[in-house]
Amino acid sequence: MSKSVRLTFPQPPARPDDRPDFSEIDTGTPGALDVPPLDLTARDSRDYANGLIRVLEDDGTTKGPWADLISDQDASTLRQGLRDMLKMRAIDTRMLTAQRQGKTSFYLQCTGEEAIGCAFQRQLQKGDMNFPTYRQQSLLVAADYPLTPFLGQLYSNSYDPMQGKQLPVLHSAREYGFFTISGNLGTQYVQAVGWAMANALTGDGKIAAGWIGDGATASNDFHSALICASSYQPPVVLNIVNNQWAISTYTGVASGKARTYAARSRGYGIPALRVDGNDYLAVAAVSKWAIQRAREGYGPVAIEWVTYRAAAHSSSDDPSAYRPKDEAKAWPLGDPVERLKQHLIAINAWSEDRHVQTEAEILADVTSVQKTVEAAGTMVDPGPMSSALIFDGVYKDMPEHLRRQRQEMGV
Amino acid sequence: MAQMTMIEALRDAMDVKLSEDPSVVIFGEDVGYFGGVFRCTAGLQAKHGQTRVFDTPINESAIAGMAIGMATHGMRPCVEVQFADYVFPAYDQLTQEAARMRFRSNGDFTCPMVVRMPTGGGIFGGQTHSQSPEAVFTHVSGLKTVIPSTPYDAKGLLIAAIEDPDPVIFLEPKRLYNGPFYGDHSGPSVTWASHPAGDVPEGLYSVPLGRADIRREGQDVTVLAYGTMVFIAEAAVAKSGIDAEIIDLRTLLPLDLETIRASVEKTGRCVVLHEATRTSGFGAELIAEVQEACFWHLQSPIQRVTGWDAPYPHAAEWDYFPGPDRMARALTKAMED
Repeated sequence: MSKSVRLTFPQPPARPDDRPDFSEIDTGTPGALDVPPLDLTARDSRDYANGLIRVLEDDGTTKGPWADLISDQDASTLRQGLRDMLKMRAIDTRMLTAQRQGKTSFYLQCTGEEAIGCAFQRQLQKGDMNFPTYRQQSLLVAADYPLTPFLGQLYSNSYDPMQGKQLPVLHSAREYGFFTISGNLGTQYVQAVGWAMANALTGDGKIAAGWIGDGATASNDFHSALICASSYQPPVVLNIVNNQWAISTYTGVASGKARTYAARSRGYGIPALRVDGNDYLAVAAVSKWAIQRAREGYGPVAIEWVTYRAAAHSSSDDPSAYRPKDEAKAWPLGDPVERLKQHLIAINAWSEDRHVQTEAEILADVTSVQKTVEAAGTMVDPGPMSSALIFDGVYKDMPEHLRRQRQEMGV
Repeated sequence: MAQMTMIEALRDAMDVKLSEDPSVVIFGEDVGYFGGVFRCTAGLQAKHGQTRVFDTPINESAIAGMAIGMATHGMRPCVEVQFADYVFPAYDQLTQEAARMRFRSNGDFTCPMVVRMPTGGGIFGGQTHSQSPEAVFTHVSGLKTVIPSTPYDAKGLLIAAIEDPDPVIFLEPKRLYNGPFYGDHSGPSVTWASHPAGDVPEGLYSVPLGRADIRREGQDVTVLAYGTMVFIAEAAVAKSGIDAEIIDLRTLLPLDLETIRASVEKTGRCVVLHEATRTSGFGAELIAEVQEACFWHLQSPIQRVTGWDAPYPHAAEWDYFPGPDRMARALTKAMED
């Protein structure tokens, strides 16, 4: 008997009224995968692309060769990592509240995904360039981007380096290795490849890092980036942040029947690794390996960071309409802040008291800068902003037709 | 001075810039080893090496995206899209990314790049090798749109485009690659050797963007044209005997409104001519600008001659192509009132 022809429409394991169900998530085993040589080929990367690289055990201890790779990262380095994540979380908390108070038009949190950007950025060198999506503000935090322009951008006031031209969260900070975020998805993945080609052509010794979400891997730009990276072998790390959700769309709609996003890149001839993105040490170790590989001329590499988008997509989204309310708590790979904290406590480099105290200090710092920045204007109480700026920077030199339009506007 | 076709002039522009500026790179489909399907980059890879001139996968979006990455890094890519008809996969990258880079980052990142593409019909290319998509680019703030009509201008404008600090769409009228075209498709072909603008200086020179060229001075009516249509206008003037002033716009955006205004104020009449489809075409913009700037000088309605609002046909190409007969009738009509 033949099978009847019918379409499938991928569905998440649980909807709002269901109990969270992550039984299909393969959580791997800490220490199970070794560290491959830097000249790893796509063919030889099968186990890394289908498995899950982890370093932290459930009890906070570390295990395996990936832990050894970053054994030079001492307790103070890891405490810095924890502080980065706490700072990110404090910014998210304060800014979501500010948005709810009507002080900004829009905000977007990265809760649950802090380890990825924070640990990756700390392995980069000055001059390397990230092509982030809107959920990688953690790269800026770990690049020690000053809080004043950081928050100024979110309020679109006189502290905003972009003078209010771009939507909140879509930062640009060239000096901090953070490419201007478009807001259109996918487009910047192939731009990262072009930038890395320029790194190679100019011989500047720097690398580029592309960032894309699981949902946007479905865009043509994902294909464009992988095929061009494979053809020209520029020094680029192609990051795929798989946080399970694209607004309300379950990751299975983008993945189809493919086993993992990492495995997809092997088809292009690019070696790939799949990593527990909530494990700060695993992120740091794999980032260090991948960045070194790119810098030393072994070509592109793809990394799928497996994580969970614990917050709403943005301040305009209500996830309780499409997924269980407590799904984040059920995520089998835990919370990145809790896990790194637990590790530091396990190695006697941290305590609950120090944690609470540090958290409060960081929140106070963020709140203090926020007050200063808010004094320059918010959406409810806007500061002065020249309308003539609309016409500045469309071109380097303002053409006649824009000059006439500016006159028509009367400014 | 050297005798050059438009193809040779474009190649010379790229050769000069590759030699002079190490940040210039050339890439696109078939442009490397082979030298491009229209031969515009022939010999450039052999001379400058494959790190400067290379082939890409068949992916216009990737060509534009890579160019953006390089341009924002500080290089000056000059890329080829094989036919303007193929540019649409790159439309997102060009209009949402390249065009906005300077504005959205408030100058943190800029995007000096050129996208060359052969445009227009008259070579029996059918609907996918004949289109003139200039209006879909002039509608986008942040882009400049250029279209030369002679070898001299082609070289000078391409050099200016490569040196420009902002992204430039560079449309090359493919019917003019090997010679001027006066609309007589069945007669003997004319070469650039017979035309004064086929004399092209060697070495570096530029023709500034944003400046039109008065190709023929006249008293009776102003013709606004660009690309292949400049020659169609010349043929129509010869046919009708009307003393038209023919303006070759050369750059559509930014538009040289001053030259247009001075001419229409003098003649009091205007005919707009382009090969692209009519509705929402660049001619509509030109008519709007002329009536806003020169309404009280106009003595008759502005006439518009364009391709028809249909896909570019294959067999009936010459019924679609706005030739000298249609243009001559429009000139006559413009003189009636």
